[in-house]
Amino acid sequence: MLTEQHASELAHQFDDMTQQSEATNLGMWLFLVTEVMFFGGLFAAYTVYRTHYFEGFAEASRKLDIVLGGINTVVLICSSLTMALAVHAAQLGKRRSIVTFLLLTLVLGGLFLGIKSVEYAHKFHEHLVPIPGFEFPDGHFLGARIFFSLYFGMTGMHALHMIIGMVIIVVLAVMAARGRFTPGYNAPVELFGLYWHFVDIIWIFLFPLLYLIDRHA
Amino acid sequence: MKHHVVPVKVYFTIFGALMVLTALTVYASSVDLGPFNISAALAIAFFKAGLVVLYFMHVRYGSNLTKVVAIAAFVWLVLLLSLSMADYLTRGWLP
Repeated sequence: MLTEQHASELAHQFDDMTQQSEATNLGMWLFLVTEVMFFGGLFAAYTVYRTHYFEGFAEASRKLDIVLGGINTVVLICSSLTMALAVHAAQLGKRRSIVTFLLLTLVLGGLFLGIKSVEYAHKFHEHLVPIPGFEFPDGHFLGARIFFSLYFGMTGMHALHMIIGMVIIVVLAVMAARGRFTPGYNAPVELFGLYWHFVDIIWIFLFPLLYLIDRHA
Repeated sequence: MKHHVVPVKVYFTIFGALMVLTALTVYASSVDLGPFNISAALAIAFFKAGLVVLYFMHVRYGSNLTKVVAIAAFVWLVLLLSLSMADYLTRGWLP
């Protein structure tokens, strides 16, 4: 008794599309929980070392460019908006809108990475990359070097997640352009949206924790 | 996929709130709140994350199971951070 319009999209182990979409949603959320713990380890390291080397962290944090960091925060929040609108378009079956919003999200992601690489280049020239040759003038060398290790580690991991996300966006955009997504089947867009929003949330925490430690001196 | 379609107006409202909160984060960091700067920064960040989770990630309109899983992620993170810090902050308490 096939009452589902899009029965061809229904995997055999599920009773109906509602159950399938619930299950896939749960699957993506479980993955995001593991990602919270993945980044959580880095945040834990940050917490421990910031407690121990607060002054070094504060001095090092002041070397970061608030303007570029702030612009990047705005860029990522915009990309979350365009991603949400892409999911919305997929739910309504608006093929051209899905592609448009996915590509907008891609452009904003690229803008973020561009600004990030400018920041990284600056840090390299200022000898603030924690490699041999790292220089930090006053008496907070160790704390500052740990801060920059965490800065590059955390923003680097975040950037890697963004790059992976952008590759997936291209795949989704091609699928959308070919009319693959309908109101009855838009799970890939919806699920990727969850991933993209998660990457945005990571940055929402990275920005104040890395850039805004002690800016009122 | 049976899903509550969130009105576009909601997305733009949340976007606006996130912009305001970002500006607030930067402003709050420029004010000397003593030991409460970090609390303020984290409180704002958690609120922003909450808005993204509830509205952009549709948890507000989702099943209770999704809500439980999202809360579980937070619980595990709190366990990681609190127990780690309980160790580090109490070192040197005993000879």
